[in-house]
Amino acid sequence: MNMYQENILDHYKHPRNKGKIEGADFQHREPNPLCGDVVEVYVQMDGGKVADVKWEGAGCAISQASASILFESLVGKTETELRKLNTEGVLTLLQTSVNPARLKCATLGLVALQKALK
Amino acid sequence: MFDVEKIRKDFPILSRKIHGKPLVYLDSAATSQKPLSVIEATDKYYREYNANVHRGIYAISEEATAAYEGAREKVRVFINAQSVEEIIFTRNATESINLVRFTWGKQFIGKGDVILISEMEHHSNIVPWQLLAKEVGAELLYIPINTETGRLDQNAYKKLLGRKPKLVGIVHMSNALGTLNPVQEVVRLAHEAGAVVIVDGCQSVPHMPVDVRDLDADFFAFSGHKMLGPSGIGVLYGKKRVLETMEPFLGGGDMIKEVTKEGAIWNDLPYKFEAGTPNVAGAIGLGAAIDYLKDVGMKNIWAHEQEMAKYTLKKLQAISSVLIIGPREAVDRGAVISFALQGAHPHDMASIFDDAGISIRAGHLCAQPALAVHGVDAVARASFYLYNTKEEADRFLKTVQKVKKIFGS
Ligand SMILES: Cc1ncc(COP(=O)(O)O)c(C=O)c1O
Repeated sequence: MNMYQENILDHYKHPRNKGKIEGADFQHREPNPLCGDVVEVYVQMDGGKVADVKWEGAGCAISQASASILFESLVGKTETELRKLNTEGVLTLLQTSVNPARLKCATLGLVALQKALK
Repeated sequence: MFDVEKIRKDFPILSRKIHGKPLVYLDSAATSQKPLSVIEATDKYYREYNANVHRGIYAISEEATAAYEGAREKVRVFINAQSVEEIIFTRNATESINLVRFTWGKQFIGKGDVILISEMEHHSNIVPWQLLAKEVGAELLYIPINTETGRLDQNAYKKLLGRKPKLVGIVHMSNALGTLNPVQEVVRLAHEAGAVVIVDGCQSVPHMPVDVRDLDADFFAFSGHKMLGPSGIGVLYGKKRVLETMEPFLGGGDMIKEVTKEGAIWNDLPYKFEAGTPNVAGAIGLGAAIDYLKDVGMKNIWAHEQEMAKYTLKKLQAISSVLIIGPREAVDRGAVISFALQGAHPHDMASIFDDAGISIRAGHLCAQPALAVHGVDAVARASFYLYNTKEEADRFLKTVQKVKKIFGS
């Protein structure tokens, strides 16, 4: 199973930047009604750039690891750069092949971020 | 003699390869695979005598009607109903249960009345009653599950009957826990308390001999697609004297005898509850499925599945960090095995199983309350049927080990 690469399992077992930011600039909670997975993201901006990202969530390895990996990569990005992020970008970050059936899991963090920016 | 290898040859899909590996189908509780005889029966209807039923004064319509009504008779015999008037064709068990909600339910359940169902119901035997309770101001109560044993709490049930429920809803065999409920006893006690009983037979009828008169249920619902039949065909059995008290469900063609501008006279049972052109091919396919099941023998199928359950449960429990949700002994339970594995989410498990060519179910199994009382919100589930083998169980068990290794459970 090449979906469960070392980095995925590592981020699943040791998710980075878990927590909340009170009064965050952007915040959104996105559940996946199909499987009950959930990701809630908090983004703090400073001088037009991402200063801090925290998140909370529960669910499968793919949804949780990809949220952890995606959010870790956001610090220092501008709002415009955040808005440009897409599925392809997330898959590149994950460095693994995701089954079509699990694409929704892999992009749960991305969707949470996109909705937070709305 | 029960010969699983011979049976497997009748199911074309079982020769498929998935990701280069032979398909191991362990999700029959969701839907069963279909033998060639069922596929051919529906195909033959469309090729040779496709026509509407109960209408045409010509040969192929008469053939279609005879086949459709023949299927009804097969269902009657299969569950030992007294009369074909008691066999209503629906789309599935969900529609069967909702039919009762919209007819008997709306007529006989009112403000302050109590509806009693178990915590281990499928959503299809929960949500209709939640909706009805809300609509008419009734109260919905739940018979608790003993989470140690995975069985109904009988004492709590007896106490709850003191609330004089109008309706008791009970699943014959749970699709989430595998539990086989003592339905005969549940029905007897409910009747003593003056309740009408609806039994969800989705997971029993496909796997074991079922006799609705023995069970004495007032209503009994099941789906064709879980018992080797096509999708889109289901059954509602209702005792004739109960059906006779009920107003129609849907209005339209077939369910009337006579229509004037002022009104209509309802058709006889069971047609009164079958408005519109029915799923003729589906019913014919279900008839063929019943022929197939009877040929193999329901006692043989049940015995085979008991053996599969015993074999798999024992070996699965021997794996550390596996938690079985439901009865752990292969007694009064089916070959539906739900489990959790520490540190591995069920969806990740299902992906790894899929990679090994094994189809299992993962998630809430449309029985969220049953899982919630066990303190989990998702499980993995392997369910076995007449075509599954011990070799397949071994491949399943080997893959559990693989999941364990990947996630370090
Ligand atoms: C116990 C039980 N009841 C009801 C249903 C609903 O069946 P259907 O979706 O065919 O209406 C199922 C199927 O998942 C089931 O397992």
